[in-house]
Amino acid sequence: MLRIFHNTKYEFVKHWRLSAGLTIAFILAGLVTFGITGGVNYSIEFTGGTLMQVQFKQAPDVADVRNTLDAAGITGAEIQQYGSNTEYTIRARSETQVEAQAGGAEGVAKEIQTALDAKYGAGAVTIVRTEAVGPKVGAELRTGAAMAMLIASLFTLVYLAIRFDWRFGAAAVLATAHDIFVTIAFIKLMNLEVSLTIVAAILTLLGYSANDTIIIFDRVRENLRKPHKGEGLARILDRSINETLPRSVMTHATTLAATLALLFIAGEVIRPFAWVMAFGVFVATFSSIYVAGPILLWIESKYPREAEDRTMQAMRKGNEPAAPSGRSERLAAR
Amino acid sequence: MANLKYRILLIVGLLAASIWALFPRTVVERVKRNGVFVYDTVTRVPLKRGLDLQGGMSLALEIDESKQTVADKSEALDRAIKVVRQRIDEFGVAEPVVQKVGTDRIVVELPGIDDAERAQDVVQKSAFLEFQITDKTQALEKVLPRFDEIARANGLSIDAAAAVSGDSAKPTTVGSLLTQKSDSAADSSKAVAGTTDSTAAAPATPAAGGLFSSNIQPGQIPGQYIVPERAYLAMSQALELPAMQAAMPPGKVMRWGVDSLATGTERFRTLYVLDSRPIITGEALTDARPSTDPVEGNVVQFTLNNEGARRFKVETGKHVGDNMAIVLDQRVVTAPTLQSAIGRNGQITLGGGTLQAAQDLALVLRAGALPVPLKVMETRQIGASLGADSINKGIVALGVAMGLVIVIMVGYYRFAGLLAVAGLTLYLVYTLATLAGFNAVLTLPGLAGFVLSIGIAVDANVLIFERIREELDHGKSVRLAIDEGFQHALSAIVDTSAATILSGMVLYQYGTGPVRGFAVTLIAGLVASLFTAIFVTKTFFLIWLNRSRGTQTLSI
Repeated sequence: MLRIFHNTKYEFVKHWRLSAGLTIAFILAGLVTFGITGGVNYSIEFTGGTLMQVQFKQAPDVADVRNTLDAAGITGAEIQQYGSNTEYTIRARSETQVEAQAGGAEGVAKEIQTALDAKYGAGAVTIVRTEAVGPKVGAELRTGAAMAMLIASLFTLVYLAIRFDWRFGAAAVLATAHDIFVTIAFIKLMNLEVSLTIVAAILTLLGYSANDTIIIFDRVRENLRKPHKGEGLARILDRSINETLPRSVMTHATTLAATLALLFIAGEVIRPFAWVMAFGVFVATFSSIYVAGPILLWIESKYPREAEDRTMQAMRKGNEPAAPSGRSERLAAR
Repeated sequence: MANLKYRILLIVGLLAASIWALFPRTVVERVKRNGVFVYDTVTRVPLKRGLDLQGGMSLALEIDESKQTVADKSEALDRAIKVVRQRIDEFGVAEPVVQKVGTDRIVVELPGIDDAERAQDVVQKSAFLEFQITDKTQALEKVLPRFDEIARANGLSIDAAAAVSGDSAKPTTVGSLLTQKSDSAADSSKAVAGTTDSTAAAPATPAAGGLFSSNIQPGQIPGQYIVPERAYLAMSQALELPAMQAAMPPGKVMRWGVDSLATGTERFRTLYVLDSRPIITGEALTDARPSTDPVEGNVVQFTLNNEGARRFKVETGKHVGDNMAIVLDQRVVTAPTLQSAIGRNGQITLGGGTLQAAQDLALVLRAGALPVPLKVMETRQIGASLGADSINKGIVALGVAMGLVIVIMVGYYRFAGLLAVAGLTLYLVYTLATLAGFNAVLTLPGLAGFVLSIGIAVDANVLIFERIREELDHGKSVRLAIDEGFQHALSAIVDTSAATILSGMVLYQYGTGPVRGFAVTLIAGLVASLFTAIFVTKTFFLIWLNRSRGTQTLSI
């Protein structure tokens, strides 16, 4: 059979300083761009305002479009090319424009359409998509998204605390927190627009990364139950990561394949989602090995479990037929 | 053996049910034929597509309390929903959604709508109809100085320069406006004939300077005034002021006309002074139909109920020779002269309006007035072509993802990989069938989640296969290795799925529209993937073991 990463004995955990340095540097890079260019680029759903995707018959001059809108009183609109050079998105969301939508969200969209029709002639401009969000709805969605993230993390913590030991749960949740930070740094560095779809992508990423951590922790739990002859948690962790390595590589490969298909084929609307998920594959790999593991060790060093007790129990139970043979083989391999 | 038979039976049964659930079927639904919606039978796959995939518009509406406060919002909203629903049903939309969200919001989804503005108008128009007699006592002239004072006190005026140039231009423009108006006579040729002398008798323009006194010109009929467009904004703001309301002549109200008139370069608005007590309101209407009259153009003919008809006849009889303004949502549509008493049937002339406008007006009048004004909190509108484009690209991405995963799985796990791919195919069918069965809506993020799930769904298989390899390494027989592989991988699979389903539920709870579609797809996908990995693939292995009894090698 074809095998990759079979019977590896990499020492992962001892590189925790290097990995911590890397991830902190990445998060700092994100923070620095925050300092330079301001907060993340929120979508219309969150800021309130008007988004219009328009298709021109002929490629227009962007400055021309901007002047037309300025003349119509829609000042400071963000105009961006979207895909081909005949399609543009127009975002009007200055404070006054958002406030103007409190009485009726559709007003600004109508003004934009009238202005463009007057300039380019009716029929030369097609409105492909319109989103107009009043300030109240925007505020509600912001709270909703934040709540969703918080509650999802909380659920993970509680579930893991029940299924595993609280130490595992805490380590997994801290790793999740780490994932949130690096993902936000990534979104900021890539200048992706944070929409509800991106929030969905972040939650999926968190779930995917937690999965990876759970797979490794599940193996650690199993290896702890088996007799491990005073082997320290660090060694067991390394061994568990190595044992689950083929699975990790395979799953990440198939997930990345699906993500790349989305990224390159599924079109402009879904691309930010695909970017976050593509990044997620790497975050999951990294954080489950280099973040969750070391954190678990750190927690363990502060609040040690009664390790000897467990080992003794396991030793006593260890006379079932399957386990010893497995162990001897593994020991022999070492 | 019996065990295996039941397993196969269950898988095949579910597959049959899934295919049945997904099989294109004939359904009766509203479809567009030559531009109008009709009930017809269509054959299609029974998967509901979200607005972002089929194009259409969604509106979130709330009670507009900027003009008046509403005591029992929830109750008012329920009544409003009824009216909105009836209007949309008559408007003709394929599978519209009108629902209450929370206690204070209505969400309206109109798939396949391409004229968003018109649709929104039909939903949002208050359609509050009043018939009011215009003022003929020249009550306005008496209070103009007071109006000017209030406007000045509140700092409302049009730019001084613009006012000066406007003053010099006025005599000619108003004159030509009047002649032009009597030519086109859009609203009421009868009215003009009877009112020329009242225009002449109107007092000369009062001293310049005040916002109102310098910009208001008497119109052609009693109670009608003409205001230049540039003064419209300042004046309508001034008229909203509470002080202004208090200064209004007793028993009178002021209303703007619906359309503006143009003469040469300048545009004018009409302003009416009306008796504040309406003769009747739209509540007395029992029917309204659009019609085309050779003289009047497009009109809406209405029928009143018994009580309304009686009252209308008495009141109009008293006011023969006067003008009666037909006021829709506080705007004067037309103000014809009453030639005689009107009974049960009347008509509203839409000066120059299109037949479609007449149809829409008749529709909203029939469905009744909205009990409260509604304002739009959020609107999304997606062109049908963008939706179709998204579906096509999504399906291609699905195919490519599937192809890549097949290559990776079969390339690495060989025979076992083939079994996993067969399981994956079943997974796709089951997931789609679950979505169809629960009438869930497939959105663009949902489609993306579905593509992604193909990559993630094999995770369970990978976990199991790696376990089987480990067990085989430990020297176990093929049958035992498969058995223990499944058993040992189970806890990890259940834990990961449970954690993800939990976050999917959170997403469903807090998400809206498209994101909810994503959460539903995620959860349906996970359940299906659990079933195919643990149950279906295992059954495949068992079948294989059965056929090649005593085999010592497994291609994995």
